[in-house]
Amino acid sequence: MICDVCKQNIASVHLTQIVNQETKKIDLCEPCSKEKGVDDPTGFSIADLLLGLGAAQELEQSTGGKQIKCPSCGFTQVDFKKAGRLGCSECYHHFNEGLETLLKTMHKGTRHIGKMPQFYRNTQDLTTKLVNLQKKLEKAIADEQFEKAASLRDELRLLNTQLKDTTP
Amino acid sequence: MNINDFLSSPPLSQHRPEPDDLIVLSSRVRLARNLRQLPFPGFAKKNDRVRVLETIRPAVESLPTMVDAFSATMDSLTNLDKQILVERHLISREHAAKSVGSGFVLNKEENLCVMINEEDHLRMQSLRPGLQIKEAWKAINQMDSTLEKKLDYAFSPELGYLTACPTNLGTGIRVSAMLHLPALVLSEQINQIVQAVNKLGLAVRGLYGEGTEALGNIFQVSNQMTLGELETDIVERLSKVVAQLIEHEQNARATLLEKKSKTVYNHIGRAYGILANAHSMSSKESMNLLSLMRLGFDLSLFQGADRILVDELFITTQPAHLQKRFTEKLTTEERDFLRADMMRDRLKDVSRPMTDKNESRRSPLDKPAE
Repeated sequence: MICDVCKQNIASVHLTQIVNQETKKIDLCEPCSKEKGVDDPTGFSIADLLLGLGAAQELEQSTGGKQIKCPSCGFTQVDFKKAGRLGCSECYHHFNEGLETLLKTMHKGTRHIGKMPQFYRNTQDLTTKLVNLQKKLEKAIADEQFEKAASLRDELRLLNTQLKDTTP
Repeated sequence: MNINDFLSSPPLSQHRPEPDDLIVLSSRVRLARNLRQLPFPGFAKKNDRVRVLETIRPAVESLPTMVDAFSATMDSLTNLDKQILVERHLISREHAAKSVGSGFVLNKEENLCVMINEEDHLRMQSLRPGLQIKEAWKAINQMDSTLEKKLDYAFSPELGYLTACPTNLGTGIRVSAMLHLPALVLSEQINQIVQAVNKLGLAVRGLYGEGTEALGNIFQVSNQMTLGELETDIVERLSKVVAQLIEHEQNARATLLEKKSKTVYNHIGRAYGILANAHSMSSKESMNLLSLMRLGFDLSLFQGADRILVDELFITTQPAHLQKRFTEKLTTEERDFLRADMMRDRLKDVSRPMTDKNESRRSPLDKPAE
């Protein structure tokens, strides 16, 4: 059996982990297992390892073999293959397609539903309000309630400027 | 200030207020955050890392919870200091290997700590003794909400907090508890339990030792998934699983005592015998024996002694803590001698385990003494 990481040495470390009822196996040689931190049980997860292998191929396929480079930090798929980590926060935007399938296998969902910084919560609240007001306005106009429509329009204007102010 | 002057003494650091916390040693919640547009630590040049450190460190230091905190750059700490922090579970082994451009901040109470430029720009942890997962989450959530006003976090409404590794993406949360499960190990149920917990999407690892080996019967349970789930749901799920693990361990202890009390007392008695009398002991052996002695304390077999003693020895006999007390660099062999010396000394006033109440059940001699 050959090492999954370097594809050269004979694998002597065999790992199995069950994540979400899916068995994941990986075979490593001694030096690669050390390098990947398999001997550090506090910081090791097989998901991280698989990530460095399967994920890099996934990324490559999604671009049709074309080399993508993050314009913000210069990170490429080759770097991902080496490190299993991304280069900067902008990379998520540029490697988006290849990451989608990967995230699906790793996580419960592919959309964040947890905590947001205050700024995003504010804009999100404002946006929802804006959409609701817009609907009310359209209805008021359709019902020919022009006085109501005028006050709704003023409210909308106010909200729009608020939204602009919160955007950096 | 020197980190050794700052850290509380080992017995104090191991103090757990609740008697229920015999099984759960500690709870922690970690959040991973990064700054917008700057490259992640693993891909950043030195200049960028220093810039991140110089942005985050003052922001963290200025928090009200960080008054009188310990704060240092990783290049200003000696290897021994870093190793001490690893043994106290305050930094990761990965962070101990960092130098210029990385930093560490720890509050006075030693329950909030921050690693700057580990795998992510910012990793903040809240630590609590015993089973206090929810309290730990509240504390770190509050710290994060204060910090977000001072720092420009990399965040996307679709993907959440953006992290260097996609395994932490979204909430960036890692909730974990450290458990002492000797009876599940002794009764050979542990593998089954680990697999069942794995199926729930949680990871179980031995905290010390390599591979599947769990030295000192100490296990860490933590969440694996971070995206597509609410933080509070993850906290809730982990709390429930930990509560079940406590129950399983308690049941295993009760069953062992009922059906195999001789085996249990034999293990504990031997552990005490070796710890109190050996002249050379590896840290691996000491962890396993201390675990059994801790079980003895839980079963009230060591009357008149304070159980904190075992927890203290667990920390003070680790390699770096041992080395710290000597000026000269010790070899492994010397450390093994000194570790055994320390055990003998600290255990000299602890009397042997009291299993006598069961000794009436001993089969009577069928021939009278000559």
